[in-house]
Amino acid sequence: MQKFTVVKGLVAPLDRANVDTDQIIPKQFLKSIKRTGFGVNLFDEWRYLDEGYPGQDSSKRPINPDFVLNQPRYQGASVLLARQNFGCGSSREHAPWALNEYGFRVVIASSYADIFFNNCFKNGMLPVILPEEQVDQLFRECLASEGYEITVDLEKRQVVTPSGEAFAFEVDDFRRHCLLNGLDDIGLTLQEGDAIRAFEAKAQQARPWVFNALDRT
Amino acid sequence: MAGKTLYDKLWDDHVVTQRDDGSCLIYIDRQLLHEVTSPQAFEGLKLAGRKPWRLDANVATPDHNVPTDKAERAGGVAAIADETSRIQVQTLDDNCRDFGVVEFTINDVRQGIVHVVGPEQGLTLPGMTVVCGDSHTATHGAFACLAHGIGTSEVEHVLATQCLIQKKSKNMLVRVDGELGPGVTPKDVVLAIIGKIGTAGGNGHAIEFGGQVFRDMSMEGRMTVCNMAIEAGARVGMVAADDKTIEYFKGKPYAPNGEQWEAAVAYWQTLHSDADAVFDTVVVMDGAEIEPQVSWGTSPEMVVAINDNVPTPEDAVDAVQRNSYERAYQYMGLKPGQKITDIYLDRVFIGSCTNSRIEDLRAAAAVAKGRKVASSIKQAMVVPGSGLVKQQAEAEGLDKVFIDAGFQWREPGCSMCLAMNADKLGSGEHCASTSNRNFEGRQGNGGRTHLVSPAMAAAAAIAGHFVDVRHF
Ligand code: SF4
Repeated sequence: MQKFTVVKGLVAPLDRANVDTDQIIPKQFLKSIKRTGFGVNLFDEWRYLDEGYPGQDSSKRPINPDFVLNQPRYQGASVLLARQNFGCGSSREHAPWALNEYGFRVVIASSYADIFFNNCFKNGMLPVILPEEQVDQLFRECLASEGYEITVDLEKRQVVTPSGEAFAFEVDDFRRHCLLNGLDDIGLTLQEGDAIRAFEAKAQQARPWVFNALDRT
Repeated sequence: MAGKTLYDKLWDDHVVTQRDDGSCLIYIDRQLLHEVTSPQAFEGLKLAGRKPWRLDANVATPDHNVPTDKAERAGGVAAIADETSRIQVQTLDDNCRDFGVVEFTINDVRQGIVHVVGPEQGLTLPGMTVVCGDSHTATHGAFACLAHGIGTSEVEHVLATQCLIQKKSKNMLVRVDGELGPGVTPKDVVLAIIGKIGTAGGNGHAIEFGGQVFRDMSMEGRMTVCNMAIEAGARVGMVAADDKTIEYFKGKPYAPNGEQWEAAVAYWQTLHSDADAVFDTVVVMDGAEIEPQVSWGTSPEMVVAINDNVPTPEDAVDAVQRNSYERAYQYMGLKPGQKITDIYLDRVFIGSCTNSRIEDLRAAAAVAKGRKVASSIKQAMVVPGSGLVKQQAEAEGLDKVFIDAGFQWREPGCSMCLAMNADKLGSGEHCASTSNRNFEGRQGNGGRTHLVSPAMAAAAAIAGHFVDVRHF
């Protein structure tokens, strides 16, 4: 997994609440059996004027000039500024895959849907939670000045604006540790194999029916 | 010390280890797999040279992409017309064969939507931790399970380790007291709850649905409610186990029997919140006040009672909501203040893991019986949740009722719930749908979804517009 320590980058403001994963990556793109190739279809229904389908050449499609990510000033953004309950809806991990491939390493919002939030960490991305007022302030500043860049420092757990103002955020120690070191969850969990086996032995006594072999006929 | 909630009990019984920051390794009893969120997980296992930790914890079935058209379906995987869909279903078959995972394949009578199949087969049992790469896994909480959706990395993690790394959520009780009025269904209850607490109302919480209304509700009704916990922002929705829960599993193919059954029942009887348990958040509603619901907007919280109007911008609680309303009017092609009963439909969809079980089909058929779908409706489809639901419905003659009324009777799968197969809305079309999400584009690019109960959907199909099923 990609390590995450400090990201300094351009901010793109997506001023909508309850952005759902169907919006982030529409379902027709879920038919892929790969983990890559989703970046060009991020926010597909907002970004393009026609209906997208998997495997097409998106460089030839009519783009929606009104959509924020299509505006020249936000090209190359790596921080997505969003509103409350970002990533609600389906559990599709294709949503963080698409954001990541597009170039976003950080999302900042006042709240997230739980599954999306979790999925970000599994992909070396950081979902930052800031209070509503601070998110508002970032929206205002970002809209007011072109080329608005902020620094997101996971080590220090803070977001620093161009004026030097710092907003602290919280993140679980374990998740932070994994992100900072780019650690693979599965490898870490397998190190606790003995504890898992011990749990199974005990659970099998208490709830044997859970462990019955499945009939394969 | 205060007693434990149902969630506390389920959690405590599955903690393998706890880390200093409070995150835990949680043991997973059952994982359900389908073709959309599993290929990258199996690929990850292969690349790392790993094997499933406990093979028999996993069961798979294709559902999202399978064609529901009889002719196309008859040819099996090879006959799926859409190439990408075919590859995805084929990949699931291949992975299950390579790894030895039990799979109910496309034309196996046990195939169906994962959340219908799990309980139907007794693969989901009370007290289990159940996961699936699908957010509606909360459905299984109806059986006092700790069940929730996960992402693909977590699917791989569960395959490889049988565990998940998690932090405990807060406890929330949604209590609905009293009795429901006639014609008011579990779907209306859950829509009314979401309308009240909002799509983020349950964020960070595990919801337990309690109170007289849920005690009186059938198991299938409880599944409908728990199914939509995620639409209220909670990964987990649950109902305590009672006699109905236990009765439900008697004789199910994968349920325990003999001595094991007795032991299981003794354990299942403990699966309820203690009388002195404390919840972090409590919401109380009166069942008698709930009316048949219809969603008007592009989020499940944008829902009103059938005899209400589309809200006006002045009804919004803040600027962010007003902004969402404005967007929703435009997308849905509705005017603020217009009557819900004046919304005319183009298509009707009865199906999805929310409402595709036998009781749902019976409720819709009771309304459709002896009537005709309005000529203005382009398509009205009924898609059973599994092959076994379909078989049962046919044994009861429900298929005939639907076909005589002008509905299409389809093969089991997710179908138009998310339109990954050929079943979808055209741009601008309004659909009365028994599914769970009315997001922009969910049922097809530009499609306009209205969430309702099966009875309300059937009534709307016949009238051509929304009507109050209580006076129908
Ligand atoms: S029926 Fe709809 S919500 Fe349920 S699993 Fe299928 S696609 Fe998801």
